[in-house]
Amino acid sequence: MSALVFIETSEGKAKKSSLEALCYAKALGGNVTAIVLGPADAASLQDLGKYGASKVLHAADSKLEKGVIQVYASVITKAFADENADVLVLANSSLATPVAAKVAIKTGASFASNVVELPDTTSGFKVKRSIYTGKAFCWQELKNAKKVIAIKKNAAEVVETGGSATVTPYNVTLADADFNTTILSSEKATGDVLLPEAEIVVSGGRGMKGPEHWNILEELAKTLGAATGCSKPVSDMNWRPHHEHVGQTGVKVAPQLYIAVGISGAIQHLAGVNSSKCIVVINKDPEAPFFKAADYGIVGDAFDVVPKLTAAIKAAL
Amino acid sequence: MKILVCISHVPDTTSKINFTDNSTKFDTAGVQFIIGPYDDYALARAIELKEANPGTTVTVLNVGQADTEPTIRKALAIGADDAIRVNAEPTDSFFVASQIAEHAKGYDLVLMGRESIDYNSGVVHAMVGDLLGLPSVSPVMKLDVDGAKVKMTREIEGGKEQVEANLPLVAGCQEPIAEWKIPNMRGIMSAKTKPLKVVDAVSVTTSVALSKFELPAPKGAVKMIAADAVADLVAKLKNEAKVL
Repeated sequence: MSALVFIETSEGKAKKSSLEALCYAKALGGNVTAIVLGPADAASLQDLGKYGASKVLHAADSKLEKGVIQVYASVITKAFADENADVLVLANSSLATPVAAKVAIKTGASFASNVVELPDTTSGFKVKRSIYTGKAFCWQELKNAKKVIAIKKNAAEVVETGGSATVTPYNVTLADADFNTTILSSEKATGDVLLPEAEIVVSGGRGMKGPEHWNILEELAKTLGAATGCSKPVSDMNWRPHHEHVGQTGVKVAPQLYIAVGISGAIQHLAGVNSSKCIVVINKDPEAPFFKAADYGIVGDAFDVVPKLTAAIKAAL
Repeated sequence: MKILVCISHVPDTTSKINFTDNSTKFDTAGVQFIIGPYDDYALARAIELKEANPGTTVTVLNVGQADTEPTIRKALAIGADDAIRVNAEPTDSFFVASQIAEHAKGYDLVLMGRESIDYNSGVVHAMVGDLLGLPSVSPVMKLDVDGAKVKMTREIEGGKEQVEANLPLVAGCQEPIAEWKIPNMRGIMSAKTKPLKVVDAVSVTTSVALSKFELPAPKGAVKMIAADAVADLVAKLKNEAKVL
């Protein structure tokens, strides 16, 4: 089954989530072509071969620097046809998911997002999707010969298979009508680890008592190379920016390790963290419901436990 | 301005999820259904726009069976003028988007939540936009209409961007676009007599079929560690859980 993979870049380099999409496509067993839109780092393009791409299409047009969804959808639809690929694989994101949906509409392909593992192909082509905000899964059969699959974080492991890729310029004519939204400006947290992609997340709740106390969580996060998150009340009170809100109506994270400090563990918060591999809860209330969903728990005062934990990690790593 | 707000009828966020019939059906026993929380934000913003712009009308649309009508009436009680129910089970994103596209022609603004909280695909707005040839933007945290132009703040990974597009437009909404509105008594009374039109679904060939549901494996018991033994926690994270 031949696959086309849309590689999303950040500062010219492939995002880790896109490498997962590439490895997912490689695991399907057929030929894999990657497509990169906008200016990109040449070495990063070449490296895509290591993760399974035999060919990399690079549409370098500077008009593709900003991710205008309709424009990306048209270019990828064309590449999907040009390559005659059976399946298009992308990693869920604020850019890739709507692009995937539009490609599915334009090509009539079967579509699934939030796919969590490799398909079951014993009879038909069935994918497992995360539903009810992480509280359940469903298996769906994608019946068309052409399929578009948007995967969730950790659906595939990033492994180097050691191949090499031919990087080919991909020339496209961009239709003016597709520039139907204008991105005026963007603000992005820079230098920090991005929350949706983080392998370790340190989150704080109302138990932190105020934004001025976040320094101890930031110190712990820095020590671990972690991203910082927070509960909904914390972002509602503007103690922390909205993009750090983890939960049912915020960011859903899937790190290796999630450390929750001073968060009671409302079901809406748990919905955002239940894909984490390991959960540590630190709370002074032994009755906090979060302990029931945790792997490890410490009953104690955050202002006492967190600095000690940071010191212990510094000593151990 | 004519605004269409598409709402989903979904289990309350605190619901425990279970399945019946050999894991092929959602178990509705004891489950309270609500307007999708993201759709509720879309509705609240639509009502604000209606209040600020005389002559604006708000229609709500739901794709669902007759049991969704209390949810639709609630949207009318919150302030929508009339409603359309497409009488069909909302089986997949493409099916729902096709139904919405059928009724969305002629509206200036088509609002809905960024995703429904049952199937979470998060793509119906993008599909509707594509089916109608309209711009679609999601997830929108702020939306202002200025003549024919719409200025929006869209959330992206680790930040946000300012986006501008022309009407007509499709937008998937999320907080803090507006504060949820709670229906008042007058709203509840008037909702009973507001028009709710029931229409048949348009025929759509979907290429996705649900085969079964599955619940996550149960979590093991939590291991408690004394507050003065953080080094022990670090050792366990390293050697037992292998996450450091």
